[in-house]
Amino acid sequence: MKGMTIIVKKITQIMAPIIFLFGIYIIVHGHLTPGGGFAGGVIMAGAFILLILSDGSILSSLRKEESGLEFLESAAIMGFLIIAGIGLLISGTSVFFINFLEKGTVGKLISAGVIPIENIVVGAEVCAAVSTIFIALVVFKDEVSK
Amino acid sequence: MNSLIPLFVIVPLGSAFLMAILGRFIKGFGKFLTSFGLLFLTGLSLYFIFNSQGTLVYKVGGFEASAGIPVAIYMVIDGLSKLLLLIIALIGFLSAFYSISYTKQYTAERKFYILFCLMIAGMNGIVISGDIFNMYVFLEIAAIASYALVAFGVEKEQLEASFKYQVLGGVASLLILMSIGFIYWQTGTLNIADISTQLPTSGAFIKFVSILFIVGFGLKAAIFPFHSWLPDAHSSAPSPISAMLSGVLIKAIGIYVIFRLFFNMFPISYEIAMTITILGTLSMLIGVLLAIGQWDVKRLLAYHSISQMGYVILGVGIGMVVLSKGGDKTIAAFSILGGLYHLINHSAFKALLFLNAGAVEYRTGTRNLKRLGGISQKMPVTSATSFGAAMAISGIPPFNGFFSKLIIIIAAVQAKFYLLAFFAVFVSIVTLASFLKVQKYTFSGKLKPAWEKIKEVPFSMAFSMIILAGLCLVLSLLVIPGIRDIVLKPAVDVLLNTIQYTTTVLGK
Repeated sequence: MKGMTIIVKKITQIMAPIIFLFGIYIIVHGHLTPGGGFAGGVIMAGAFILLILSDGSILSSLRKEESGLEFLESAAIMGFLIIAGIGLLISGTSVFFINFLEKGTVGKLISAGVIPIENIVVGAEVCAAVSTIFIALVVFKDEVSK
Repeated sequence: MNSLIPLFVIVPLGSAFLMAILGRFIKGFGKFLTSFGLLFLTGLSLYFIFNSQGTLVYKVGGFEASAGIPVAIYMVIDGLSKLLLLIIALIGFLSAFYSISYTKQYTAERKFYILFCLMIAGMNGIVISGDIFNMYVFLEIAAIASYALVAFGVEKEQLEASFKYQVLGGVASLLILMSIGFIYWQTGTLNIADISTQLPTSGAFIKFVSILFIVGFGLKAAIFPFHSWLPDAHSSAPSPISAMLSGVLIKAIGIYVIFRLFFNMFPISYEIAMTITILGTLSMLIGVLLAIGQWDVKRLLAYHSISQMGYVILGVGIGMVVLSKGGDKTIAAFSILGGLYHLINHSAFKALLFLNAGAVEYRTGTRNLKRLGGISQKMPVTSATSFGAAMAISGIPPFNGFFSKLIIIIAAVQAKFYLLAFFAVFVSIVTLASFLKVQKYTFSGKLKPAWEKIKEVPFSMAFSMIILAGLCLVLSLLVIPGIRDIVLKPAVDVLLNTIQYTTTVLGK
């Protein structure tokens, strides 16, 4: 896949980190403001996709990216399942998905027990999944046009 | 014991993603983890069948109902769910064990097992969910995994079959989601037990939503006239997957949900009961008539799946008609018992038949009946087990198919559906004819010179086939009253006492 002009490249290089940071902000404030793991994850993936679109990429390096992302995706889902499963194991209650941490004060960044952790894991998973879908489409297009 | 319920979803889901992480470093990790996980689930479901009474309700996240309104996602295990869980785990285990040798021909074995586990997780989720929207989510997990598995061989016809399946499956999912939306709009709740207390007892709304559900889940269950995707999808998939699709998937995501919703959620009405019974009869007749002319053995088996599912729907449908007319409850119970019994039996013999077809294809590379012939000398295990399964599906005693068909036919006569009873007998005879054809062209006769060098299949494939053939005989024991009361009666009671589900789940 070919890259775009220098203007696009330069502006993307400046914008992409900001978009990425915004995605992280949305994820960690998931329990306080609108948005959360899913929305933030999509924004983070958007930053990656912008970079790939503007700079262009080689097929072989995309393949490597894809396998790394697949690993991140599976690891994130495992993490989510483990957090949900811990609730089943600890204490006498043994309830799947129970919020076993301190709830804290409403409105503080560190509050709401396991929900922020779950949001972070969901964010990683969605970011990896959306990027994988994008890369799969690019690889498919390159292979067909060959 | 309640805390063990989420394991039915955690174990397959966890093993799927553990395989995705560790499978790339450890060779052969996927095959053994899948088999062990499913063996564990088989044990767990047997434990539930023999050690728990009545309905178990589990609230995810521990949220209690506030002011009588259920807040949490409910997981419900009752007699019917236990039966389905056992079928899913057992047939899943045998198919996974069979796959250990069978999947050597594929390059992406790891992905095969990941998708397999995801499909199991989806089906288990549907069966234990007490919440109609979660049912939809799990249905999509199972359906999407099965789309990918049908196309797993990536050859032309497999991709075409998968595409057809995806389009029709997508239409079905859309209709189901739409009707769930309508129900939510009308009642303001998604919990099945809660919906049944909120729904109006009659009127146009109920009829409209019922029809949407019948079409949506009918497409998933491949009831006539929504069956056109099934022969393609089930015959092109890898054989262990065909066994899972025909033996388990159409039951768990189609038939089970229809029974659950129309008995326990909607008020039973005569019109809907008649619709379901007539659709069942038509699938039974048309499936078998389409099957008899097929020369591709897996395609023939796939058409028989439509026909045999017709028996199940006919049995339970007659029970529903009798219940809706306020008739004799013992006849209704007997009829539903026949339907559910046939559901279990079908999963055993149809899975076995697909595994046999897979074994023949594994050694000879063809599914065309005209090219096969006389291979019973070379593959005695496959031939013997296939004979047992063919006799079971055609209803020859002492195999299990005979008893369940007999119960359905007797119940139809008792409920004064003489024509339906006649059709059931007729379809059974045509089934026998078409399976004699399979036996004759595949296994008996003179050995064709092309098959001089073939051998019997490897151990893992033979093991699964022998166990299933044993099951075809052992399941006949379910007619004995003592055993029937433990396994089948709780499931029949769930469907028979339609309102009890709501009261026990809501705890009123």
